[in-house]
Amino acid sequence: MSALIIIVATIVGVLCLGLVARRGTVMDLEQWTVGGRGFGTILVFVLMAGEIYTTFTFLGGSGYAYGHGGPVFYILSYGCLAYIISYWLLPPIWRYAKQHRLIAQPDFFAHKYDSPALGLLVALVGIVALIPYLVLQLKGLGVIVGAAAYGSISPTVAIWIGAAVVTTYVMVSGVRGSAWTAVVKDTLILAVVLFLGIYLPIHYYGGYSAMFSAVDAAKPGFLALPAKGESIAWFDSTVLLTALGFYMWPHSFGSLFTAKDERVFRRNAAMMPVYQLILLFVFFVGFAAILKVPGLKGPEIDLSLLRLSVQTFDPWFVGVIGAAGVLTALVPGSMILISAATLLANNIFRAFHPQAADATVSWVARMLVPVVALVAVIFTLRGGSTIVALLLMGYSFVTQLFPTLIACLLPHNPVTKEGAIAGIFVGVATVAATSLTHTSIAGLFPGLPATLRDLNIGIVALVLNLIALAVISAMTRRRPAYA
Amino acid sequence: MSFVKYLAVLPFLGILVGVPLLNQVQPLVMGMPLILAWIVLWVVLTAVIMAIVYRFDPANRDSGEPRV
Repeated sequence: MSALIIIVATIVGVLCLGLVARRGTVMDLEQWTVGGRGFGTILVFVLMAGEIYTTFTFLGGSGYAYGHGGPVFYILSYGCLAYIISYWLLPPIWRYAKQHRLIAQPDFFAHKYDSPALGLLVALVGIVALIPYLVLQLKGLGVIVGAAAYGSISPTVAIWIGAAVVTTYVMVSGVRGSAWTAVVKDTLILAVVLFLGIYLPIHYYGGYSAMFSAVDAAKPGFLALPAKGESIAWFDSTVLLTALGFYMWPHSFGSLFTAKDERVFRRNAAMMPVYQLILLFVFFVGFAAILKVPGLKGPEIDLSLLRLSVQTFDPWFVGVIGAAGVLTALVPGSMILISAATLLANNIFRAFHPQAADATVSWVARMLVPVVALVAVIFTLRGGSTIVALLLMGYSFVTQLFPTLIACLLPHNPVTKEGAIAGIFVGVATVAATSLTHTSIAGLFPGLPATLRDLNIGIVALVLNLIALAVISAMTRRRPAYA
Repeated sequence: MSFVKYLAVLPFLGILVGVPLLNQVQPLVMGMPLILAWIVLWVVLTAVIMAIVYRFDPANRDSGEPRV
């Protein structure tokens, strides 16, 4: 029971922090990372490194290492390539947005293509992609509460509790959230994962070499990419898809608009890859669990980190691990929830009620928070997917915005608004159709060579997207006046 | 800068071409499976390469920024 008490205490503490933040003493994270040089480089490192850990990396990353082995390494690979792309991608977006005072992703597309309809479509894509992202946070919360209760709370109840906590957190702390919570979260999760990633392999195997040798002996080849399924073709297409989609999320797009100058992005491109190495420790936990808590199947693999913790540590320490996990779900979860509700209110409700007052729109956004949370709960309870699979689904959706975005940054945009809409629509429809019907390329075309069969479906959708984009643009292009 | 920026292509090759070529567990390198050690190497090299690109990019010149 002591594990659950610590977790409940953490949740209550976080809600109190949220209340304090709302009462006006809002702590700006910028002060810690940029202005507060007095806090020193160690704290800056802790905050940046801790930010890498979300429910996705903490439970999903360890679970994927446990259940899938080598394919988990894609998570370490795509960030680097995304940061390289960001060096050239983000500054022009930031410049244009600043010049035209745009604050949201759909506004950017609508303005660039002079098409409110495109803005509406981009907003819809963003919301659709955010739902699986939110679902995975709720799943994580459910897993943690369930594990910390040592079986006395059913998974369904745990998910409802998780959703209630996120919703309350957003309602209490308001749109700004609390930077203090982020500070506590980043510090706690970094300490917990570093400890687990170092202690567990040494405790159970005597060291990393011994652990990997033991796993390789028990499951030969499991730690590399398999010949079929999540093969090298899957790896390459997935790394590419996620690297291109990295900055297409509505919330990351939104946060880049707040940067003070464009050089920040270029500097980050050199700094951020190093922080990615923090991911190794969460993989190590998953690998340590393979031989120690065997038998977790399907979506259960997300439990591996907590199962191994329960088996290894006293309940109070499981509570500390669980509390760290709750925070890693709560902070991004609340951000995603706010993004989705704001998109719905600002970019969809307002599109149909252009005369609505600002106060009305923000009231609509607040009222939509529990609605969006409820939709996510329904999807979560339908279950069946691992945390990593959910995020990959979201990525398949947002990456469909990439070609249209790149095109509009070119000096002479070859893509028309009709082409842009057609491309995004075809790409997103392909992803939606295949994920709703659980179709894979291998299932559709069993005769194809293995390299093509194992491609991530999101990449296939991206190719169809490009074809539609090119064909429709060619059909609708007006003769440029200066030609 | 003109050619320095093409260094940024290397991590793409290292990961998208290198990983398929070195897709094996043994030998363990620094205690890690070969494929993982290779990716870790490229994560570090990406940071180094982007620091070099940043240094040579004229867009980042003449500022009061004390840090790289």
